[in-house]
Amino acid sequence: MTAVGLPGVTARRSSLDLVLRARELGIVLALALLVAVTAISNPRFLSAQSIRDILLGTAILAVLAVGQAVVVITRNIDLSVGSVLGLSAFTVGTLLRDNPGLPVVVALLVGAGVGGVCGALNGVLVRYGNVPALVVTLGTLYVVRGITYFWAGGQQINADELPAGFLDFGNATLLSVPYLVLIALLVLVVTGLVLRNYRAGRELYAMGSSPQAAKLAGIAVGRRTVVAFLVSGALAGLAGVLFAARFGTIDAAAGTGYELNVVAAVVVGGVAVFGGSGSVWGAALGALLLTTIGSALAVLEINQFWQQAIVGGLILLAIGADRLVAARVAASLKKRGSHVS
Amino acid sequence: MSAETASVTERPSPLAGRFANWNVAIIALTVLVLIVASASVANFGTSQNFGFLVLDLLPIALVALPMTLVIVTGEIDLSVASTLGLSSAVMGYLWNANQPIETIIPLCLLLGAVLGAVNGFFVTVLGLPSLAVTIGTLALYRGLAFVVLGDGAVADFPALYTDWVTGTIGGTPIPNVLIIVVALAVVFGVVLHATPIGRAVFAVGASEQAARFAGVRPGRLKFWLYVVSGLVAGLAGVLWTLRYSSARADNGAGLELAVVAAVLLGGVSIFGGKGALPGVIAGVVLLASLQNALRLSDVSNEALNVVTGVLLIASVLAPNLANAVRAAVSRRRHRTESLHRSSSRKDLS
Amino acid sequence: MTFRLSRRTTAIPLSAVAVLSLALTACGGGTTKESTAGDATAAPSTSSSAAADPNAPLKEGLKIAYLPKQLNNPYTDVEVGGGKVAVGEIKGEYKLVGPNDASASSQVSYINTLIQQQQDVIVVAANDPNAVCPSLNQARKAGIKVVTFDSDAAKTCRDAFINQATTQGIGQSLVKMASELAGGSGEIAVLSATPNATNQNSWIEVMKTELAKPENAKLKLVKIAYGNDDDQKSFTEAQGLLQTYPNLKVIVSPTTVGIAAASRYVSSSSYKGKVAITGLGLPNQMRQFVKDGTVKKFALWNPADIGYLAAYAGGALASGQITGAQGEKFKAGKLGEYTVGASGEIVLGPPTEFTAANIDQFDF
Repeated sequence: MTAVGLPGVTARRSSLDLVLRARELGIVLALALLVAVTAISNPRFLSAQSIRDILLGTAILAVLAVGQAVVVITRNIDLSVGSVLGLSAFTVGTLLRDNPGLPVVVALLVGAGVGGVCGALNGVLVRYGNVPALVVTLGTLYVVRGITYFWAGGQQINADELPAGFLDFGNATLLSVPYLVLIALLVLVVTGLVLRNYRAGRELYAMGSSPQAAKLAGIAVGRRTVVAFLVSGALAGLAGVLFAARFGTIDAAAGTGYELNVVAAVVVGGVAVFGGSGSVWGAALGALLLTTIGSALAVLEINQFWQQAIVGGLILLAIGADRLVAARVAASLKKRGSHVS
Repeated sequence: MSAETASVTERPSPLAGRFANWNVAIIALTVLVLIVASASVANFGTSQNFGFLVLDLLPIALVALPMTLVIVTGEIDLSVASTLGLSSAVMGYLWNANQPIETIIPLCLLLGAVLGAVNGFFVTVLGLPSLAVTIGTLALYRGLAFVVLGDGAVADFPALYTDWVTGTIGGTPIPNVLIIVVALAVVFGVVLHATPIGRAVFAVGASEQAARFAGVRPGRLKFWLYVVSGLVAGLAGVLWTLRYSSARADNGAGLELAVVAAVLLGGVSIFGGKGALPGVIAGVVLLASLQNALRLSDVSNEALNVVTGVLLIASVLAPNLANAVRAAVSRRRHRTESLHRSSSRKDLS
Repeated sequence: MTFRLSRRTTAIPLSAVAVLSLALTACGGGTTKESTAGDATAAPSTSSSAAADPNAPLKEGLKIAYLPKQLNNPYTDVEVGGGKVAVGEIKGEYKLVGPNDASASSQVSYINTLIQQQQDVIVVAANDPNAVCPSLNQARKAGIKVVTFDSDAAKTCRDAFINQATTQGIGQSLVKMASELAGGSGEIAVLSATPNATNQNSWIEVMKTELAKPENAKLKLVKIAYGNDDDQKSFTEAQGLLQTYPNLKVIVSPTTVGIAAASRYVSSSSYKGKVAITGLGLPNQMRQFVKDGTVKKFALWNPADIGYLAAYAGGALASGQITGAQGEKFKAGKLGEYTVGASGEIVLGPPTEFTAANIDQFDF
């Protein structure tokens, strides 16, 4: 659709960056407006505790959204993230319950590993089985959730069964920023930089813009696809650990239905579902906006039932706006193109 | 499609040919499951259980019919379950407002059609991707359902109507609602496979541009498919409400994935242009009877999750693998011309 | 996009539906909620078969199936655990089935399956009092006795209901605990399950009557929030309550999911020590928060006893000892003798209060 992914077109990229930044600016403005209105009606919305709660809520969704963005940019989708989160959370919960001495880092790695395996399976089926991503990940959504239910049976892991060190990790802060938020930021920055500045990252955009052209240009489309799913799976697994640390109560249903929130965050954040454009920054902002809306509604005492409807409206608004931006960009590119030639 | 039929006639290998036609395979599998379950699962083959089975598959079967057409055109409608929920919520709201049920039911159908038209507008007039649009309306419609009815339930629908939905025809064990399912299935089957509309649906799914050159107006066609999809989802909402005699905003939540799974399992390509209604019906029946049989054998619901997921992936993977195997075999046979052939086949699939 | 919508083609079918609906209404007069209010669905009468014979022997080998609101819920696990023990005592066959989500529609499919499997007794906690009704009546027509527990179905479609405690008793005990924790005055809020949860709503009604009494005049109920018995939602709602009402003294959560989530939030936030949490909770889930001081006291009946009593009531029904009519008596193993109350209700007993002093004596 757009030429964002084509490497070497630096002159064009800068002008496009401007447009895309405007897209992210839109979310920031919406966010600012929302916060301002809510804070005026109830100043406690801006209390340290409240901001901390919102950031903690965002951290989990943002990690998922970053992974999803990577997959969506390649013109695929990963609907299995909610189930993978549940499997990872339950795995890590069981592991910590049985081995209370385990360091948190190991928990994080195990979670990401479990997710990575699921993600790689998705990627292999998409790439080498030649099965559309929507079908594969819808399938693994069911399979992975089923496995978790099988394994968990009726048991629930309660906060008092988890080691205190792990629960502290869910609440502790570094320079008054919660660890969970730091992890989410780290994930965001690293992924963002790789996508933006490294060849591997740019190739993902190229694949999303035009799979055929990407193949002809010599990009290892197969390997990249598998890696994109692996990243999404691993991040979903990581989010599972964050979920376990934050909520402390884990059962087989953890993360059910998350996939739609994540896709919503990504779409609201300006990542086009047909791939090739958008950024993880936008996706993370989308996650922040959705979480803030949830909190703001509670504070403004607006009927919680409106939340879902508002999210739906936002998605429609966001894709409509993207359509408009894309049309403008296409027009401006055409103009420039004729100048150059 | 043409690629497959061509390869079937061209290759004598019966195994590969059978696998390539998933439609036949899924019907055979469904029949097999029904036979095995009747023989081995106690109480599966009873007439009462047949009635329960039909009632359980009713909403999925109804919604899957227009969904098949939508997916064949290369689009998708994930908002169907939310449309069902909103239809149910509005039905409850109006019933509480003391409106006559004879007005409420047509209004709910109309509402479904309007909700479908909204999807159609965004997809065809604004040209937005249907996946994103219908994820948006999935949230929007479900949200509105909660706004309309809150978290409460409305009950006490007239026994005349609720009894009809759960009842059977005369003294036979055939449930009344089966008439609706069969009638609609026949209509959709005929439209898709024996009318110019159906040919246009396949044409648009195969190549929108080519279809346009052939005189089809893809936008218009898709718009009306969305309207029909909404209308049927609205009807499913009414029947759901009457079956459980309980109108709730969360009715049918999550059903969209089951419907899409059933349609894809029935051999419809998610990329459009390929699929047949008998396969879809078989897919619906297969999932519902597996669920029923597993429950009767005291196997947990979780097992069904795994089975659904695996079947779904296998429904696309198996024909692909069969093709790959066939390509490998043919490569060995005709070493010289193999290169050209396999690459051209890959393009077609 | 070449799409162009002809106005006429759109207008015709849509308006046709509207006209049709009006026409139908006009000639039929219409079936409305009010016009059908009188003719409630005829249910099989409770004492249809025979009069109760209190001396009938308890049948052995009864197939008793438990269908809770949902599986994978710790509270439910304890309830049905008690049921399993009792079914073993009366030498019956115990079975547990249920959905993973607390939805009414999936429960109906399970009831249908139990009818097919020809169970003798179905012990069910209804997710929607009306949605399960037709199926339960179908079961009763097939000779299956239906006992509800935890959350009642409509009275016309079950034989007996095991009530964990009187509504009055629970409501009063909730207000009493809240008043003690608030020191007799201040703002309190309720964190309930879903807005249509039968139990919670009736307790909240009693709470409101109690709060209206002069001795509780200084207690102010500022908000009833709903966590939908969902851990995360309850967590977020607790968060919202504390943000919105800075002077809040007590959160009363009459649901085990809500009280645990609220306690967990408060114990890890700056509100710890300033806001008290009480309500109905499971000792095992609450132990940590009682020990770290977040929760001073909360109450609950013994859930295992509910499942236990339900099995004996089901057995008594299936053996013909009782029919569900008021005044009938039956023996429930270690719990002793029970009397059926009005409209088939069997009340378990008063709730227990848990504090740091006694919590370690309980394991459920």
